[in-house]
Amino acid sequence: MNVRLIALLLWLPAASLAQGFAGLGSSAEGFALPETNPTFTFPSDDGAHPDFRIEWWYLTANLTGDDGRDYGLQWTLFRTALTPTDGTGWSSPQLWMGHAAVTTPDAHFVTERLARGGIGQAGVTAQPFEAWIDEWTFSGPDSDAILRAAGPDFAYDMTLQATGPRVLHGDAGYSVKSAGGQASYYYSQPFFDIAGTLQLPSGDVTVTGNAWLDREWSSQPLGADQTGWDWFSLSFDDGSKLMGFLLRGDGDYSRATLIRADGTTVAYPDGAFNAEKIVQSQVAGRGVPTTWKVTLPDAGIDVVVSALNTQSWMDTSVPYWEGPVRVTGSHTGRGYLEMTGYE
Amino acid sequence: MIAVTFAALFGHWWRNPLQLFTLLAGLALATALWSGVQAINAEARASYDAAAATLGEGQFDRLVRSDGQPIAQDTYIALRRAGWLVSPVIEGRVADARLIGLDPLSAPGGLTPVGLRNIGGLQDFIVTSGRIFAAPDVALDGAVSDPAIAPGTAIADMGTVQKLLDRPNELDALIVGPQQPLGQTSLDQIAPQLSRQVAQGGSDIGQLTDSFHLNLTAFGLLSFAVGIFIVHGAIGLAFEQRRATVRTLRALGVPLRLLVCLIGGELLGLALIAGAIGVGLGYLIAVFLLPDVAATLRGLYGAEVTGTLQLRPIWWATGMAIAVGGTGVAASTALWKLSRMPLLTGAQPRALAVIAGRGVKVQAAVSAGLLCIAFVLALTANGVVTGFVLLGALLIGAALGLPIVLRAVLGFAANCSHGVVSSWFWADTRQQLPGLSLALMALLLAMAANVGVSTMVSSFRLTFVAFLDQRLASELYVTAQSPEQAASLVDFVTPRVDVVLPIMSAQVKIAGRATDVFGARNHATYRDNWTFLTAGKTPWKDVHANVAILINEQLARGADLTVGDVVNVGEQPLTIAGIYGDYGNPIGQAIIAESLFQKLFPDVRPLRFGLRLPRKEVDELVKDLQSEVGFPTSSVINQAGIKAHSLAIFDRTFTVTTALNVLTLSVAGFAILMSLLTLTAMRVPQLAPAWAMGLTRAQLGRLELIRTVMLAVLTGAIALPLGLALAWVLLVVVNVAAFGWRLPMYLFPWDYAQLGVLAILAAGLAALWPALRLARTPPADLLKVFSNER
Repeated sequence: MNVRLIALLLWLPAASLAQGFAGLGSSAEGFALPETNPTFTFPSDDGAHPDFRIEWWYLTANLTGDDGRDYGLQWTLFRTALTPTDGTGWSSPQLWMGHAAVTTPDAHFVTERLARGGIGQAGVTAQPFEAWIDEWTFSGPDSDAILRAAGPDFAYDMTLQATGPRVLHGDAGYSVKSAGGQASYYYSQPFFDIAGTLQLPSGDVTVTGNAWLDREWSSQPLGADQTGWDWFSLSFDDGSKLMGFLLRGDGDYSRATLIRADGTTVAYPDGAFNAEKIVQSQVAGRGVPTTWKVTLPDAGIDVVVSALNTQSWMDTSVPYWEGPVRVTGSHTGRGYLEMTGYE
Repeated sequence: MIAVTFAALFGHWWRNPLQLFTLLAGLALATALWSGVQAINAEARASYDAAAATLGEGQFDRLVRSDGQPIAQDTYIALRRAGWLVSPVIEGRVADARLIGLDPLSAPGGLTPVGLRNIGGLQDFIVTSGRIFAAPDVALDGAVSDPAIAPGTAIADMGTVQKLLDRPNELDALIVGPQQPLGQTSLDQIAPQLSRQVAQGGSDIGQLTDSFHLNLTAFGLLSFAVGIFIVHGAIGLAFEQRRATVRTLRALGVPLRLLVCLIGGELLGLALIAGAIGVGLGYLIAVFLLPDVAATLRGLYGAEVTGTLQLRPIWWATGMAIAVGGTGVAASTALWKLSRMPLLTGAQPRALAVIAGRGVKVQAAVSAGLLCIAFVLALTANGVVTGFVLLGALLIGAALGLPIVLRAVLGFAANCSHGVVSSWFWADTRQQLPGLSLALMALLLAMAANVGVSTMVSSFRLTFVAFLDQRLASELYVTAQSPEQAASLVDFVTPRVDVVLPIMSAQVKIAGRATDVFGARNHATYRDNWTFLTAGKTPWKDVHANVAILINEQLARGADLTVGDVVNVGEQPLTIAGIYGDYGNPIGQAIIAESLFQKLFPDVRPLRFGLRLPRKEVDELVKDLQSEVGFPTSSVINQAGIKAHSLAIFDRTFTVTTALNVLTLSVAGFAILMSLLTLTAMRVPQLAPAWAMGLTRAQLGRLELIRTVMLAVLTGAIALPLGLALAWVLLVVVNVAAFGWRLPMYLFPWDYAQLGVLAILAAGLAALWPALRLARTPPADLLKVFSNER
C-alpha cells in the first residue's frame, strides 16, 4: 500500500472533506480547542496533549562540521489523533510520524517512520522527558539531552544543552493562524547548543552548532482556504532570533516573534512581517522559492534568506521543503526555512 | 430489397436445420473449451496475485521463534526500539477462514488490504469498528468483501484479530522490511529466541504453476482449432448449397456487395449467438473442473486457488472475440470465392470435389512447406515460442497433408482392387474424401494430441516414480522443532537405526543463480540410489574429498555449466563432478559434503533427518518416537506414505488434462457425424446408380460404415507418428525451454492401442446414424434421381 495514502488518511477524518494544507483546515469535531490566555506548566507541557488533534516536537539545527562546511539537521515527531476518544493498546486513536533529515551543501537525506500509539512503539513522556519513535529519541533534561535518528543511508547522534529559556509565541502562547481565528498553542526552545556526529555515506562528520525546538498543538490550526505556509526561524549573529511565518490563502496572514538574546520576546501582528520570493528553483518537479527577502520594518530587519541546498525536499508521505538557510543583509546569521503547500 | 434478400439467404438454414445446428454447435463447443480453460487460468492467476498482495509470501524475510511458539508483543516493541523495521503479523482460524492481523502503518508496501484505499477508513480499520476485509468465498459476519484478497483469507487490524482470537499481546511472525536503518542492534542481542526465515525469492507461485497453465492453454487452443475446422466445413457447405440462390438473386439485380454484406452479417450474428452459448458452456466446464484444478495446485505447489468462479471480462470477452474471429477466418475464403464467382455458374453437385481438385496443389505445397519449417525448427528450436511455432507448423502441416496422403492411399488401393464392388467402393471413397477431409483432419489432430500428451504424461510419471525412488531412499523422515529436540532425537535413534542422514540446506548464489545447497553425509545410500544425467568417473568420492560439487539440471542449463567446470560456493571453489535431474524444481540445487557444508555454513543446524533401517522395524520405531521422545505423528513420515502422496498429487494434476483430452476427442467425433449427415443428402445421386445396378440399400449402408471406419483407421495410422513427434517436441523442446529440465521419452503401445480402439468406436458410432438413414432411404427417392437429371 502506498505510504503516501496512509499518511494522507492520517490527517483526514473519514467523514469530512480535506481542507487546507494536509487537511489541517478541517473542522475540529470533538477535539479540544486552544483558548486565549493560556497558562503553561513546564515540564509537564513538554509532553503530549492527546485531547488535541495534532501536535509536534520539531527540532532543527544549524551545524558546522570539523571540515568547515555548513550542515543542517532536522528531527521531528508528529502526533495525530484519529478520533477524540480514548483507547488502549492497538485501539488507541493516536498515530505517530517521525521525520529526520540531514542537509549538506551537496546532498539532502530524508527518512520517515510511522507508528501506532498505545503499544509503546512511539510516544512522549514529560517527566523524565523522552520523545521516541522506534529507535529515534530525543530525551533527557534541558541541560543534557540526547538526540538520535537513523535512516537507511544516514544517522546522527547528538547531545544538546539549553542556554536560554522557553519562549511563547503569539499571545502568551496562543498563536493565531488566520483572520478567521484558527489558532494553536505554540512555544519554542530556541537556545540549544548542540554537538555530535553525523554518519553520512561520504563519512562521519563531527559537528557543533545551535538547535531550535518548536512545540505546537491544536485541533484546527488552519483556515479552510489556507494552502500552505512559509516558516522562518532565523538566528542572528548578535544573539537575537526571529520566528516568522506567512500563511498563504485567500489573503495572506503573517505573524512574527522577535526573540532577544536574553529570552524576552516581542510579538508582531498580521502584516508586520513580510516575506517576498526572489529566486525560484526547480525542486522535485515543482517551482519552489529558495531565496527570500524577509523584512520586519518595526524591528529594523531587512535580510535576504537563501537556502544552503535548494534541493532540500522532504520526500515523505506529506511532502514539503525544509532546509537550513543563510542570512545576509541588515543582520547576518543562519536559520531554517520550511515551505509547505507547493504542488 | 434487403429484407427479401436476407429472407432468401437465411431461408437456407430453415430448410437445413442440421447444418445450422452443426455450425452453431461446432462453434459453441470450440468456444466453450477455450473460454472454460481461460476462465480457469484467469481465476488461478487472480488468486496468485491476491495471495502475493495480501500476504507478501515469498517477498520478505520473516522473524519467527525457533520453537514455533507465539512471539510476545514486547519483543516487537523492543526490536523496533533497537532499529529493526519489522511489521507484526498474527494468524488464526475463524469460522473456517484464515484470519490474518497486521498493522497497516508498519506493513511493507503491498501488504495491506486493497479495500483500505477505497473505504478511506484507517479510522474504521483501527479504531471504530475493527473492520474485517474478507475474500469473496469467506462468510464472516460484518466483513467487507474484497476480491483482491487471497481465497479463504480475511484481514483485519492486529488489535481486532488479537481480540477475536483471544490472544492478547501475542504475535506469530514479524515481517522484515526491505530497507533497514543504519546502526541496527544485532538480533542476538535483542531477541535471541527469534530466527530469520529467508524469503523464498525463487518460488514465486506464478512461475511454479506456469507449466500447469501452459498445459491447459495449449489444450484450449487445440480444441478451438478443431472446432474451427468444423465451422469451416459447415460454412463451406452452406455456401455451396446457396450458390443457386445467389445466382438467382444476382440475376434479379441484387448487387454483389449487398449479398456479401448480408452473408457476412448473417454469419456475424450466428457467431455471436454461438459465442454466447459457448461462453456459457465454458463457464459450466470451468465450474466443473475448477475444484479439481484448485486441489491439484494446492497439493502440487501449495498455491491457494479459490474454488469459486468469478465472471472476469478477460475470458468471456476473449471467448466472444475468438468466436467471431474464428468464424471470420473460416468464412473469409468462402466469402472471397463468392465475390469472385461468375454470375451464371451452375449449382453443381460435384462442386466440392471440383473445388477441391483445383486447390489440391496449393494445399500440398503449403503442407510440404510447413513440414519443412517444422523439420528445420526441430533442429534449431530452443525457446518456448519457437517450440510452439514448431508444434503449430507440425500439426497444421500434417493436417493439411492428410487428405493428399489419403487420396494417394485410396488411389493405390483402387489400382489394386479387383471386382466391381470394390472398385466402385474405392472410387466412391475418393470422391467423398473432400467432404470428409475436414472432419478427418479434426480427428487426426485430436488423436495426435491424445497420443502426444498421453506419451508425455506417462513418460513423466515413469520418470517421476524413478525419481522418487532415488530421492526418498530413507525409510523414515523425521522433523524436529528445534536444535535441542534434534539433538535428543539423534541420541535416541542412533542405536536403533543403520544410519541417520541429516537434511540441511542453505540458500546461496552459484554462478549468479539462486541455489539451495545441501550437505550430504558420506553413506552408501547416496552412492546406491543416485542417478546422474552426466557425471565424472567418481562423483561421490570427489564430493566427499571436499573438492567437488553436484548440481541439478536446472542450474546446469541455466548457468551453462558442465561436468568439470569450477564454481564458487561463497569463497570455496569446487569442481562440478556430476549433474542430476531434479524435476519440478524451479531453482538451482547443489550437493556438497557434510563436512564442507558445516565449515561454510556453521549456523545451519539440521532439523530434518532421514533414517535408514530395515523396513519391518519402521512401525515400531515410529511408535517409540511418539511415546518416548514425544514426537507428534505429523513430524514423522514414512517413505511409502510420501511416495503415495506425491503420486496421488501427480495423478490429480493430469485429471484435468485427461478430461480435456476426452472432450477434444468427442468434438472430433461430432465433427465426423455432422459431416456425414450433411453429406448424406448430397450422396443420393451418387448412390442411385449403384442401387439401380443391384446393390441393396442394406449393403450400401454397410459399405458406408466400413468406409468411415477405414478412413478413421488410416487417419489413426498417420496420427500415431504425428502424436509421437508431438510428444518429442513437448518433452525435448518446450519443456526444456520452459522449465529447464528434460524428460526421457518412453513409448506405451498399450495406451496407443486403447486410443485407436476408442477412435474407431467414435468414428463407427458417428457413422452409424447416417448409414442407417441411407439404408432406409425410400426407393422412390433413389428413383427420382433418374427422372430429374441434375
